[in-house]
Order: sequence, then structure tokens, then C-alpha cells
Amino acid sequence: MAETTTAVAEPTRRDFLFIATGAAAAVGGAALVWPFIQSMTPDAATVAAGAPVEVDLSPIAAGQIVKVFWRGKLIFVRHRTPEEIKAAEDVNVATLRDPQTDASRVKPGHAQWLIVYGNCTHLGCVPLGNQGEYHGWFCPCHGSVFDTSGRVRGGPAPINLPIPPYSFASDTKITIGQEASA
Amino acid sequence: MSQHSSTYVPKSAFAKWFESRLPIASLVHSSFIAYPVPRNINYFWTFGAILSFMLVSQILTGVFLAMYYTPHASLAFQSVEHIMRDVNFGWLIRYLHANGASMFFVAVYIHIFRGLYYGSYKAPREILWILGVIIYGLMMATAFMGYVLPWGQMSFWGATVITNILAAIPVVGDTIQSLLWGGYSVGNPTLNRFFSIHYLLPFMIVGVVILHVWALHVPGQNNPTGVPIKSSKDALPFTPYATIKDIFATAVFLIFFAWWVFYLPNYLGHADNYVPANPAVTPAHIVPEWYFLPFYAILRAIPDKLGGVIAMFASIAVLAFLPWLDTSKVRSTSYRPLYKQFFWILAADTLLLGWLGAKPPEGWYVIVSQIATAYYFIHFLIILPVLGFIERPLPLPNSILEAVTASKKGGSGIPAGANAEPNSKG
Repeated sequence: MAETTTAVAEPTRRDFLFIATGAAAAVGGAALVWPFIQSMTPDAATVAAGAPVEVDLSPIAAGQIVKVFWRGKLIFVRHRTPEEIKAAEDVNVATLRDPQTDASRVKPGHAQWLIVYGNCTHLGCVPLGNQGEYHGWFCPCHGSVFDTSGRVRGGPAPINLPIPPYSFASDTKITIGQEASA
Repeated sequence: MSQHSSTYVPKSAFAKWFESRLPIASLVHSSFIAYPVPRNINYFWTFGAILSFMLVSQILTGVFLAMYYTPHASLAFQSVEHIMRDVNFGWLIRYLHANGASMFFVAVYIHIFRGLYYGSYKAPREILWILGVIIYGLMMATAFMGYVLPWGQMSFWGATVITNILAAIPVVGDTIQSLLWGGYSVGNPTLNRFFSIHYLLPFMIVGVVILHVWALHVPGQNNPTGVPIKSSKDALPFTPYATIKDIFATAVFLIFFAWWVFYLPNYLGHADNYVPANPAVTPAHIVPEWYFLPFYAILRAIPDKLGGVIAMFASIAVLAFLPWLDTSKVRSTSYRPLYKQFFWILAADTLLLGWLGAKPPEGWYVIVSQIATAYYFIHFLIILPVLGFIERPLPLPNSILEAVTASKKGGSGIPAGANAEPNSKG
């Protein structure tokens, strides 16, 4: 047996076929996994249902927070009072965990309207409006505190409440899911 | 050991014909009838059988529930109420399934702490132990997804919190989250795939359980002394000794199970889950099921989101490394005076974490959670490795027989027949 194996040093046609077959099977197998993984991503109907939505701002009184949904995600539309805007603007940005000016979180000329995602950036609970130390939001799950600009001011949340893409269609109407520049 | 393994001899012509084609009868005979079990194993060794029973019970009740359950976001809650109110004995099958999950975890925690106390994870049982950790992980995934299916408030928000935890994983977190959601948030596609996977995982558990039992039957069972079987006098045949004991223990456990099902069927759940899922309102107090509470406390103890997630997964993963973290060669804690104290401190620490997991994350609860979390890891990563070097264990008995007869000296605790002829039934 030792004599026969020592003689085989050169790669043979059989070796080539063996490796080529194995490689083809591996590539084919990997290619077959792809559609199965893709089937788990958001389907066409879900994507279609995720089209931009319009929100009429005219019935929302100053101081009121309205909950709307876009792509199954909760969004707070907050009509801020002058005091709330001032409180948000007077903060020393350098002291914040996720430093952002209030001006960068609203559209120019529309400082009274704050549009933020309504799920806490910690683990996704819905924070309660007009509560907490800064009268912005307070999350009852794990105690995160947000100010009137939706910026995190305490608790375990790592970042501010994110701003969804939106634009003003008119002074009293916004389109959530679509930026003005588009 | 081999002295016990009287071989299976097919008697009828059909049995001979079958045996030569599929030798399953001889496999059952050698694994569950003639198989030698240490004569000194106590009732903590019956939880393997109890867990097997619970797994079958969960699968059977689950199959019947699936005949009426509808995995759709707008119909799921109603279909569960339909099961509870209209389906004949639907309330019983659902309560058996929901409380069965809790009972499954009661049994698995006793089983795990049995292993920790008697050193059942040590050589040559490392693979057996790691397979057990894998089963535990699959059980947790199955239980979590099952809890989402009724689509109540706790279902929805539990799913939201847990999938947000996974999003904290660097690089692939968002992809994993999107694949779990099947949309832009927890919704109908999420419920659909959770149902599919909840139905799949128990059968994967069955597969790993078969490997677990196989890995158990190679070295054989550990026992309260940790001393291996050395002669036929140390062992008894599985049937009838272990079989009857397992059946009796399972029956007692079933009484405990039935007590929950018939007297406190909702005690272990949350009232909020009888409120339909509402993505606009979070329940005032999100708490996982009791069996996840220690890990939930660890998650919240770390003030950093990713850090908390890592600590939570690490607290389970560390168990897989236990065979190498414990440097002591002595298996049974009965002969380890120092470790015995640390074992009970760990048990108390785990219970404390469980209690803290149910408390709101504020004030001194957070600080105590952090101390208890730190101790949990110190136990496994520092105390266990060091203890093996500094501890002086008590003298081990020469054999299981010696340990049994020494402790029973003067009494007649051992059946005379079993003592003289342990394999007479074999």
C-alpha cells in the first residue's frame, strides 16, 4: 500500500474533477441560500405600504403631541409652545450625551414643530409626553429622559430620538417619508 | 460496567427478522433496560426524565393549539381568546402549554443546578454539558417566540425590546433585526415568522436531546459522590430501578404542574397580555417571564446598551466554558467544603438577580444589580479557577458501594436482594 501511494505525486484529472465538483456544489449551495434570506426581508407589499404619508398640522394645538404611524413606526408630532422652544434652544449643547442643536432638529422657520420617532432609543418603549425632568418625554420602561427637542438627557438611551425624513408641503401640512430636497 | 449489559435476545421469529434489519429493540434494551445506573443517584437525577416528559407535553399541546391559532397580527389575539372560550377544552390545552413552559424551566433550572453541585460538567462529560447549554439556549428562544404569539401588549413590547437588543450588535445587528421583523418594525411578518420558528425549534431541541442522551450514555451518569462506577456492585440496571423512580418523580412533578394549571393558571403571566397589542402605548412596566429575569437584570445593570447585551449573552455563554473554568478534579460538592459555600452564594446571587429583574431600574436596585452581576462573573471567571488550586477536598470514598454502605451503617436502608444481586433482573 505504501508503494502505491508514494507514486501518486502529480495531480490527476480525477483530483481536478473532485475539486471542481466540490466548488460547484459550494457555490450552488451558497447561491441557493440567497433567495431564502431575501425572502425574509420586507416584502413588496410592506415596502409599498411604507410610502410617504401626509399629516395635517392645522388641528394640532400648541402644547399638543400627536401620534402618527409611518412604516409601522410611531412618530410624535409635537406643536411646541414658545417656552418649550426656548428651553430646547437654551441648552449648552456640549453638555449633551448626543450633542445636537435644537435648530438642527427642526425645519428652518418651523421651530414650533418637532417631528421625532416615538420609540425610545434604548429598547423601543414609547416614552410618555410632557413628563420627566425636562418636560419633553420620560420612558417608563428604563427611565430615559428626553427634553423638548427629543434629545436624551438621562437614563440608558444612547442617542436622541431620531428625526424621520419629512418635509413641509405647506405651512400646515407635512409629508413624512420624503425630504424636501428630493 | 459491561457485566450489566446482558444482551438483548430476540425471542419470536418476527423479532429476529426485525432485529436483523433494524436493531432498535436491542438499542432500547441496552440504553434503557440493562443500562447500568449508579446505585446512589438521588431524586435530582430524575429531572432528565421530567424534562423529556415536559418536552413531549409542550409539543403535543402546541400541535393542538396550532389547529386553532391564527398567526396574523389582526387575528392572533382573537384566535387565542377563541381557544380560551369556544374550543372544547381549549382553556385546558392552552393553560397546559403556557404553564408547561414555566414548568419546563423550573425543571431545567433544577437540572442545571444539580449539574453544578455534583460537577456533572467535568471530564469526561464536557460535550454532554455543552449540548445541555445549547438545549437551554434553544429553549429560551422557543419560549420567547411563544410568548409573542398571543399578540397581547406584553407579546408586542417584549418582541420590540428583544429585537432592539439584537440591533445593538455591531455591524450585523441592523440586518438581523430587519430579518426578524420582515418590515420596518415589529408587525405581521414578525408574528408569522415567529410562529414558524416557534414550531420548528422544539423539534431541533428533540434532536439535540437525542445527542445529549447519547453523550450521557457514553461515560454513564454521574452520581452524588462523583466517583465513577468501578464494579457491578456500584450499579443497578436502569429497568426497573431508574425507570420506576423516574416515573414516580414525574408523577409528583405533574401534581405540582397541575396545581398551577388548575389553581393559578395566570399567576406566572402578566395581566397586560390580555390587552391586544397596541404599538402606540407601552405597558407601564415591561417585565419578561420569570425564567428570564436574572438575565434581564444583568442586561439592565450595565449602563451601556451594547455592554448590557454583551453581558447578558456572556452570562449564558460562560456556562459552556465551565468544564475548563473549574480547575478542581473533584466532581461532587459534597467533598468540596469551600466550593460548597460559593455554590450556595451563587444560587442566592442568581435568585437575587431574578428578584431585581422584576424591579424597576432605579435607585439602589440598579446598584445592587451591578454588584450581583459582577459577582456572577467573578464566581465563574475568578473564584472557580482559583478554588481548584487552594481548596483541600475531603477524602473521597473508594467506590459508590463503600459510600452507600458507610452512610447506611447500622440501618437496613438497602434492599438485601439489591445489595447481593444488583443485576438479578438484568
